[in-house]
Amino acid sequence: MKPKDIAELLDEPACEHNTKSKSGCARPKPGAAAGGCCFDGAQIALLPIADVAHVVHGSIACAGSSWDNRGSRSSGPKLYKRGLTTDLTEQDVIMGRGEKRLFHSIKQAIDSHAPEAVFVYNTCVPALVGDDIEAVCKAAAARWGVPVVPVDAAGFYGTKNLGNRIAGEAMVKYVIGTREPDPVPAHLQRDGITVHDIALIGEYNIAGELWHVLPLFDELGLRVLGSLSGDARFREVQTMHRAQVNMMVCSKAMINVARKLRESYGTPWFEGSFYGVRDMGQALRDFARLIDDPSLTRRTEALIEREEARIHTALAPWRARLEGRKALLYTGGVKAWSIVSALQDLGMEVVATSTRKSTEDDKAKIRELMGDKTRMLDESQGPRALIDMVHETGTDVLIAGGRNMYTSLKARIPFLHINQEREHAYAGYEGMITFARQLAQTIESPVWKAVRTPAPWDMALGVAAE
Amino acid sequence: MAEIVKRNKALAVSPLKASATMGAALAFLGIERSIAMLHGAQGCTAFGKIFLIGHFREPVPMQTTAMDQVSTVMGADDNVVEGLATVAAKQKPALIGLPTTGLAETQGSDLFGALNLFRRKHPEHDGVAVVPVETPDYAGSLESGFAKAVAAMVDRLVPDVGEKGGDPKSGRVNVLVNASLSPGDVEELKDLFDFFGLAAVVLPDLSGSLDGHLADADFSPLTTGGFAIGEFAGMHRARATFVIGDSLAEAADLLAARTGVPDHRFDHLMGLEAVDEFVHVVATVAGRPVPEKLRRQRRQLQDAMLDAHFFLGMARIALAADPDLLKAYGDLLAGMGAEMVAAVSPSNARVLKTVLAPQVKIGDLEDLEALAEAGGAELVVGNAHAVATAERLGLPLLRAGFPQFDRLGSPAVVSVGYRGSRRVLFDLANLLLEAEPGRLAPYRSVFAQVADEEGEA
Repeated sequence: MKPKDIAELLDEPACEHNTKSKSGCARPKPGAAAGGCCFDGAQIALLPIADVAHVVHGSIACAGSSWDNRGSRSSGPKLYKRGLTTDLTEQDVIMGRGEKRLFHSIKQAIDSHAPEAVFVYNTCVPALVGDDIEAVCKAAAARWGVPVVPVDAAGFYGTKNLGNRIAGEAMVKYVIGTREPDPVPAHLQRDGITVHDIALIGEYNIAGELWHVLPLFDELGLRVLGSLSGDARFREVQTMHRAQVNMMVCSKAMINVARKLRESYGTPWFEGSFYGVRDMGQALRDFARLIDDPSLTRRTEALIEREEARIHTALAPWRARLEGRKALLYTGGVKAWSIVSALQDLGMEVVATSTRKSTEDDKAKIRELMGDKTRMLDESQGPRALIDMVHETGTDVLIAGGRNMYTSLKARIPFLHINQEREHAYAGYEGMITFARQLAQTIESPVWKAVRTPAPWDMALGVAAE
Repeated sequence: MAEIVKRNKALAVSPLKASATMGAALAFLGIERSIAMLHGAQGCTAFGKIFLIGHFREPVPMQTTAMDQVSTVMGADDNVVEGLATVAAKQKPALIGLPTTGLAETQGSDLFGALNLFRRKHPEHDGVAVVPVETPDYAGSLESGFAKAVAAMVDRLVPDVGEKGGDPKSGRVNVLVNASLSPGDVEELKDLFDFFGLAAVVLPDLSGSLDGHLADADFSPLTTGGFAIGEFAGMHRARATFVIGDSLAEAADLLAARTGVPDHRFDHLMGLEAVDEFVHVVATVAGRPVPEKLRRQRRQLQDAMLDAHFFLGMARIALAADPDLLKAYGDLLAGMGAEMVAAVSPSNARVLKTVLAPQVKIGDLEDLEALAEAGGAELVVGNAHAVATAERLGLPLLRAGFPQFDRLGSPAVVSVGYRGSRRVLFDLANLLLEAEPGRLAPYRSVFAQVADEEGEA
């Protein structure tokens, strides 16, 4: 990828970060960097497209240590779960055989798995030796008649966030708009209900959580044309340009996709979240608002009222257990405030939140939600500061990504896993029950007392010493 | 405190219970150069032998008094005398265990009278210890039969000495263990004492006999290891006695009365709290600090508890086991925040009241299945017969208790101490991790443009 293209991707007019000096898109600091690379971001963004052969062009470290990560689920094809890589050897690198190997790899993927499409992810070594993956993809597609999409996101191009954008860019450039949606079948038409097309951007169906939300869309007559990329199929992503509204789910990572689809097709978009009772309702209302169909608006309000009444009852016992408990949220950006709202729905108090990835806008939103006493924690201060703050604030549970799980456990602090690799579905109304249950599971666990109490012989010694 | 729900149906379906007779035979097999001769019909022994061989995958020395039609009606005391004489002459054992069966007890066999008769008639076998014990299969279960045999051995073989109270300078401790300790567990237990410079003499010691070792001799009709018969005479000189399992209360009382050696009783050795208490007492008795290696094991268990709590916390467990083992698993799981939605024991015992479950049902695996289903269980803990139960419920199974005929190596599995507890927690958590009980069912939108033909990933 040319420096010019990268610079263009980094300049994202729709993103608030653009105007702030302190931004998640800034250059990582050697020796104090955390988080994944550009390839990581690109792969994560697209891998959930289930019927695509995702081929990683590179030496083994890229695919080898990242394939078959649990998380995103598919209701159908399993192909996305296969690790496919060119696994470049020293000979390939020295002799410049990378392109050839890639070409044959694509053929092999097509022959053995009959994918709807092949996505080729570039990585550092072939990017550095100058493999022209775009040309290889073009040739391969022409030769075998299967779409082959280059995703040029070598790790050294930049951060994981940039990788998300590159992935989105590749979809806009090569996939979205290459097919018109199928007509809605006659038997799915209901009297007085117009089926509207929508699309989701940045929803990954972690632990299948989209399946808590989809039935609601079905009921309202909202057809999800395509998603980037939870439980998506290639042929669906191709039609996303015809959506009447795009929702940016819980993440600004692929904001460029939403912006470009608006520029090219005039599709309005909004930013929302499926976490928490309030935000879930808000997301449904935003669809209705932008589609502006009175029938949809009416039915949406009725559905929200029904679901909220139901979930209120179902959550009551959990709220009784969790009310007043203190949480420290160690995840940044949009996710931070969407989880805050979910925690508040359970009567919990958020004592602090990290501000990494957060813009002034996000911070303002957090203050608005939580009041001024909430402390902002700079993630670059590291785990020590985090643990100290947990103790200072009397935090009951730390909510963060898997990377921080063992920091938390070693410090004997209850923990809830919130990021990509988690095993539980928290989205939608139903997901709130799971969310509450998992919070109670760790907060109320008897293991904390067991690991905080000294061994009986040490206690006896302590008494003797006094 | 658990509510005990008694058996309330005529038919036992998929029995959980193994007989007390078999438990007694097993206890005798923990004595070196021993053999168990069941007083009953041939089948009592034949079935029992298959049961134990299947579990241990080892030869199991067992004989029978072979009661037939005539002796059943006319009296089988002669069978006992003849059987003892034959076994004593032929196998030359150090000990013959003589558990009775339902047949012999119903018939009204005078076991002790028969033994006296044998002693009078065969003074040449005076050197062979014989321990009779009344273990009809219509009372209790494997665990209680095992405990009765231990009590009977103490009663018959531990001498009443004049000076009581043990020897506080001795490096030896007596350890009485219940049926739930595998040979691997007994080894682990000995190692724990070894950390404190104490030599544990374990009664019965299955780690010497049924641990699955290849001996030099090509054949032995008797056990090839275990508690040595001579040790009984030295039990009064021990520094202390440790008792593992509430089922052994009677045996422990007898031993204490006979020797005056101070004893320390524990329900089980599973889970941080139980092992901590045990180690603390052992350290106090030994007068030594807890060694670093053991502290390390403790830290490892704590860490495992943290890792496992995400899976075991609020997990709904269905447990089926003999009373002591049920108590052990209940404590371990409750310590992890799990919920015992079904707890079934084949027979009643004092300890069941203290099981950390709302209710303990005295019953069978059919009861377990019904309770598990009603309680929305996510995991089953039980013996190999529970495989079918778990399959019907669509749940994962952790094997525990007797018998485990469908796995190699179950006698070597360690479930006690810090290390054993850690192993069990990992196994439980892994089963839940694989089964993913909370996993969401796939949902495909009715409007989806792409119809999938394949099943779910």
